[in-house]
Amino acid sequence: MTFSELYSAYYNTVAAILSGILDGEHSEKALQKIVMEHAFGESVLTILPALKSEKWQLVHSDMTTKLEHKPTIPLTTLQKQWLKAISLDPRVKLFGVDFPDLEDVQPLFTSADYYVYDQYNDGDPFEDGQYIRNFRIVLEAIRKGTQIKFEMINRKGNMMFVRCRPLRLEYSEKDDKFRVVTAGWRAVSTVNLAKIRSCAHDIGYRRVSGREKPVEYDTITVQIRDERNAMERFMLHFAHFEKQAEKLDRKHYLVKIKYAHDDESEMVIRILSFGPMIKVLEPEPFRRLVIEKLKKQLSCGPK
Amino acid sequence: MSSYNELIKNFEKIRAYMRDFYVYGFKSRDDYQKKSARSYDDERRRLESWLGEHMSFVRTPEGKNVFISIDSRTIRHNPLYNAWKAKSFTDGDITLHFILFDILHDPAVKQTVAELLQQIDTKYLAGFETPMMFDESTIRKKLKEYCQAGIIVAEKEGRKVYYHRTENTDLSNLNDVLHYFSEVAPCGVIGSFILDKTESDTDAFTFKHHYITGAIDSGVLAALFGAMGEKRAVTITNMSRKKDMPKRIRVVPLRVLISAQNGRQHLFAYLPDYNSFTAYRIDYLSDVKMEDPTPRFDELRAELDRMQSKMWGVSVKRNKWGNEHLEHVEFTVKVEDDEMYIVRRLKREKRIGTVEKLDAHTYRFSADVYDTSELIPWIRTFICRIDTIHFSDRTIEGQFKKDLEAMYGMYGISREVDQ
Repeated sequence: MTFSELYSAYYNTVAAILSGILDGEHSEKALQKIVMEHAFGESVLTILPALKSEKWQLVHSDMTTKLEHKPTIPLTTLQKQWLKAISLDPRVKLFGVDFPDLEDVQPLFTSADYYVYDQYNDGDPFEDGQYIRNFRIVLEAIRKGTQIKFEMINRKGNMMFVRCRPLRLEYSEKDDKFRVVTAGWRAVSTVNLAKIRSCAHDIGYRRVSGREKPVEYDTITVQIRDERNAMERFMLHFAHFEKQAEKLDRKHYLVKIKYAHDDESEMVIRILSFGPMIKVLEPEPFRRLVIEKLKKQLSCGPK
Repeated sequence: MSSYNELIKNFEKIRAYMRDFYVYGFKSRDDYQKKSARSYDDERRRLESWLGEHMSFVRTPEGKNVFISIDSRTIRHNPLYNAWKAKSFTDGDITLHFILFDILHDPAVKQTVAELLQQIDTKYLAGFETPMMFDESTIRKKLKEYCQAGIIVAEKEGRKVYYHRTENTDLSNLNDVLHYFSEVAPCGVIGSFILDKTESDTDAFTFKHHYITGAIDSGVLAALFGAMGEKRAVTITNMSRKKDMPKRIRVVPLRVLISAQNGRQHLFAYLPDYNSFTAYRIDYLSDVKMEDPTPRFDELRAELDRMQSKMWGVSVKRNKWGNEHLEHVEFTVKVEDDEMYIVRRLKREKRIGTVEKLDAHTYRFSADVYDTSELIPWIRTFICRIDTIHFSDRTIEGQFKKDLEAMYGMYGISREVDQ
């Protein structure tokens, strides 16, 4: 069962509190800090008071306990089944880790049980030896905060040598690709992992400086005409953005979406995919991009 | 009148609120009058407690609109998972849980119910002013529950039943695996539960185009996977978008179809009573009840494999006699010399069908599909270069052209202006 108190923030918090007490921590302030780190916004009002008042009979009012062992619980069958399913995913080879013994466990799902039907079909080569090697070098450098160097062919077809500090790996399920987000590299800050060649740890003396290029955001305002279920489709499609919606009348909605400026071209075609149900109101430069595409379309067809 | 508690007993109660607050976000308190106003206030307060800074509100003439606003590219963990960690319990549940696992602290420690009860009373609870009283049946019930969850094992020796905890699992190598897959794999919330047990470590992954909404459907999804693993039919409640009343239906679940472009998850299932195949939105499904295994499971899934070569999305058109209705779709696009990325787009984004080069600047996509309308949004992404279109469904072709005209009109673009 997925919804169980065994996985609850309260059980995890109480386990952390009991561990703290067994380590000799009895101050209320320190224990309250554990609550704030492990549980929810309002949990400070309930967890420690329930323990102190002996409502939950695990801790005495002087914050001592009769428990002798730091609380742990084994993995549930559901957790093991999920882990088993993950161990069968081809992408797991990227990590080069040994999974615990799950021989007698049935996977929660297999690749035959689900299908991502609109993922692009030129995803990264997750089982390619060179790609796996590069992935691990990048991941290790992220963990250690160290530099890497690599070669890549840029958009103009020229070979580039790059020295940088990788900060994180960004995965897109739609593209089925990893991008490396970097610092200390003037030209760009993000590169497709699959484009990297001859990647290695950079242990030389030349240190790169600089931070991650800040993301520039823009906001568009659109009006939805709720026909053919457009409102629901639109709101789901753009659900992953920071956004704000307002109902204008029974059929019309106003939505503001904040997006990274680098993704402007993608945003334009995503908006166009909704046809006449979505009208861009502002900003003007974004409207012009939409209008330009429509004008070009008007001049070429379809017949 | 019961007092407010930030924990909940039934996840279904909060599921619809979360979807409304996250996906739509424009509803005011008055829009929830179908449910009680106090219920709305309680659920809103719970979500504020679980989701903290991700909750926002705006004042409109209709009142205060509360919504969840998250740029999922900037977060490392799905905050909606918190809802799954808010299950309520009784004072006895939590007390017994920690005492039982303190006694059974190692798989080598084996105890009978009587032995456990004796220790609970004398060692753990005796020092409290008003000690809780547990009877044997309560402890037996809890142990049974834990045996079903797989964290306790019961072993019979002679006439006695001994209980011990199961072996711990070494998770020390899995930090990165858990951080990554808890966000990208189905039922990732279970990975998040495991992560909660490990030492916290800064993770190295972020996610783009990351739809986090599916998190709230994890319970239904896990149950459906369980049924598929055992090749069972299920009875489920479907709250159709078009109907007000939920309906119980019996289906054979065959595959979960997931969209990476809008986050929607569908259950593709066979309906034995109608000899038909249908896709159901998983966010509208609830209350999954396992039925008997079906001997036809492999045959039905093979049929789905075959049908998928004609499916653009989740639709099929096949009647109860097995007759299929296919439609032909084709369109051409014009590509300039420096626009080979358009050809690459056609090739990588097409899910079925073929892309052919007609001449140096013209490419044609064509496919036979069950449902032409599912391709329309994709075809529109090529607006500015669509040269010809031809759909065997003339109504949809007409609608496509009418929609283009409507778009020109919407932005004041006329043929005269163009000329």
